[in-house]
Amino acid sequence: MNIVICLFAKNGFDRAAQGVAGAGRRLADELGAKLQAVILGAADAAMMDATKAVADGVTIADHAALSDYQPELYLSAITQICQGLLPQAVLLSNDTYSQEMAARLAYRLGGSAAGDVVAINLHDGNVRAQRSVYGGKAVAVIELKRSPAVLWIRARAFDPAPAHSNSVEVNQAAITLPESKTRIVERKSEAVSEARLEDAQIIISGGRGLGGPEPFEELKAVAALLGGQVAASRAACDSGWCPPTWQVGQTGKKVAPQLYLAIAIHGASQHLAGMSDSKTIAAINIDKDAPIFKHCKFGIVEDYRKVVPLLKEKLAAANR
Amino acid sequence: MNIIVCLKQILDPDIPGRDFKVDPISKEAVRGAANLVTNIFCENALETALQCKEKNGAGKITALCFAPESGEDVLRKALAMKADEGVQVLNDGAPHPDPLLVAKTLAAAIRKIGTSDVVMVGRESGDWGVGQTGGLLAEELGVPYIGFVDHIEANGSGVKLKRQTDSGFEIVEANLPLVISITNDEHNVPRVPKTRDVMMSFRQTLTKWTLGDLGVSAAESYYEVAELAIPVKESSCEFVTGDTLEERVEQLAQRILAVKRAM
Ligand SMILES: Cc1cc2nc3c(=O)[nH]c(=O)nc-3n(C[C@H](O)[C@H](O)[C@H](O)COP(=O)(O)OP(=O)(O)OC[C@H]3O[C@@H](n4cnc5c(N)ncnc54)[C@H](O)[C@@H]3O)c2cc1C
Ligand SMILES: Nc1ncnc2c1ncn2[C@@H]1O[C@H](COP(=O)(O)O)[C@@H](O)[C@H]1O
Repeated sequence: MNIVICLFAKNGFDRAAQGVAGAGRRLADELGAKLQAVILGAADAAMMDATKAVADGVTIADHAALSDYQPELYLSAITQICQGLLPQAVLLSNDTYSQEMAARLAYRLGGSAAGDVVAINLHDGNVRAQRSVYGGKAVAVIELKRSPAVLWIRARAFDPAPAHSNSVEVNQAAITLPESKTRIVERKSEAVSEARLEDAQIIISGGRGLGGPEPFEELKAVAALLGGQVAASRAACDSGWCPPTWQVGQTGKKVAPQLYLAIAIHGASQHLAGMSDSKTIAAINIDKDAPIFKHCKFGIVEDYRKVVPLLKEKLAAANR
Repeated sequence: MNIIVCLKQILDPDIPGRDFKVDPISKEAVRGAANLVTNIFCENALETALQCKEKNGAGKITALCFAPESGEDVLRKALAMKADEGVQVLNDGAPHPDPLLVAKTLAAAIRKIGTSDVVMVGRESGDWGVGQTGGLLAEELGVPYIGFVDHIEANGSGVKLKRQTDSGFEIVEANLPLVISITNDEHNVPRVPKTRDVMMSFRQTLTKWTLGDLGVSAAESYYEVAELAIPVKESSCEFVTGDTLEERVEQLAQRILAVKRAM
């Protein structure tokens, strides 16, 4: 019996890959199955070593055509590899590409998929996946009725797998790739120098109440003083005040920093769905009844325009 | 370019948490006094389609909804936003149908509608947030799929898409036909229909089909909801105190610095 984890060479064995491996290892152990890592693209030695240290088997598909993600080619590759391994479950991370592939992969394998999974359990041999629904207002447990269960998981929320020292076989995938009718011809990153929002320890986040793009400069300054990063609500992104990659929430980044300071953010459940796991939540809001305060350790009821400049001064003074 | 936009009707996602209840037997949200609305990402999709048509000056936009009778409202609104036609597949069955059954139903309707170049869905629905319909639909139709698109334009005999990724965006060239899912950005905030167009929409005839007309029947179950519950997660906020703003912000700064020091 096999559990497959699907990894992208381009990402290396990052925190997300570690989370996927950890979830896969626990599920494999529970089922008495083998943990099979599939790496799409050409992995470097560091990734190979890290993967071999946690998996029971590794299959690598490093064809030249797979050097960068192309939806139809990657999907075809992982499908063919799974058709050989016949897994009970396939686990993927919650990056764009994994989300794009998961349902189609399930369809091609005759299985069923569930996404944004935060916990995986077994019930009478069936895989059950926990996920938040109704914009974070409820939690559902979904029982996958067909096999394999294809799950894309909130990877960073899962503990990594323990390393072992067994020797692990590495197989080259025997696959033939189709002609693709879609081509990704250009890839742009918003801010290459910044660390990923998901890995930030301090996040200063702004909402529609900021009233325009300029105040985000102030937020950036506060973030810089604390060594943190800036994020936003959907309403702020939709207003064009900041790039969509800054959006936190149900349909944005899922973050869990040590400190999440929400400035002029109301605290809609869909926003909370992306940051409620933060260690400490604090808020600046003019409305004492804003729901964000229900999730805060501390906060201030005040116009941000009065608070932020003073706060900046005080943080700068503390830095000196 | 002919575009079909799939629109889902959902329980208003903006209802406050305190009014939100679930039925543990049916494992559904209790509707209560809440409205049914069009899923926001479906409106983002329709807006994207309308802008594409306005630029190309040609093609037809068909709005497609699989829902009980109430789904008519979704289609009327789509027509008011200036979709050309509305097609409803009546659902007289399960309260939350299976994602695969939804995809099979939409695929059957799309085949029956006839020529379409692009099928658009929202990236996910605001109720169950499944996010699978686009991918499953592409497989049912046997065409490629691109997710998280926020812009589309004609490009020779195909299309050029801009789509969002974790770190930025990508430009994708694709042949037709194709299924894409649409996500929000500043350029596809749905327009508010004009009063006149709202009135006009009630004069248009909607096409209505049943599952029987499409030859779709409930297949084996894809997945089932085993549990549905409302999590309790609230903390009590300590508001900073002080006689002056200065004092209160000082406290705020100290508390922030305390968190940072403890890291
Ligand atoms: C399917 C779906 C998915 C969604 N996904 C996301 C998501 O991923 N992320 C997300 O954020 N949202 C998401 N939303 C939207 C979400 O429901 C809210 O609409 C959004 O989060 C509101 O953003 P906001 O709090 O910035 O704006 P508002 O709700 O307008 O709140 C503004 C806040 O600013 C305060 N304020 C105003 N002026 C000042 C001032 N001068 N000083 C201090 N405070 C002030 C106000 O009191 C208010 O609390 C989604 C919605 C749906 C339906
Ligand atoms: N019943 C439905 N009728 C029409 N479109 C639907 C329906 N269900 C899902 N969709 C489409 O699929 C998208 C994603 O929904 P979901 O996969 O349920 O999260 C929605 O935004 C719609 O575009």
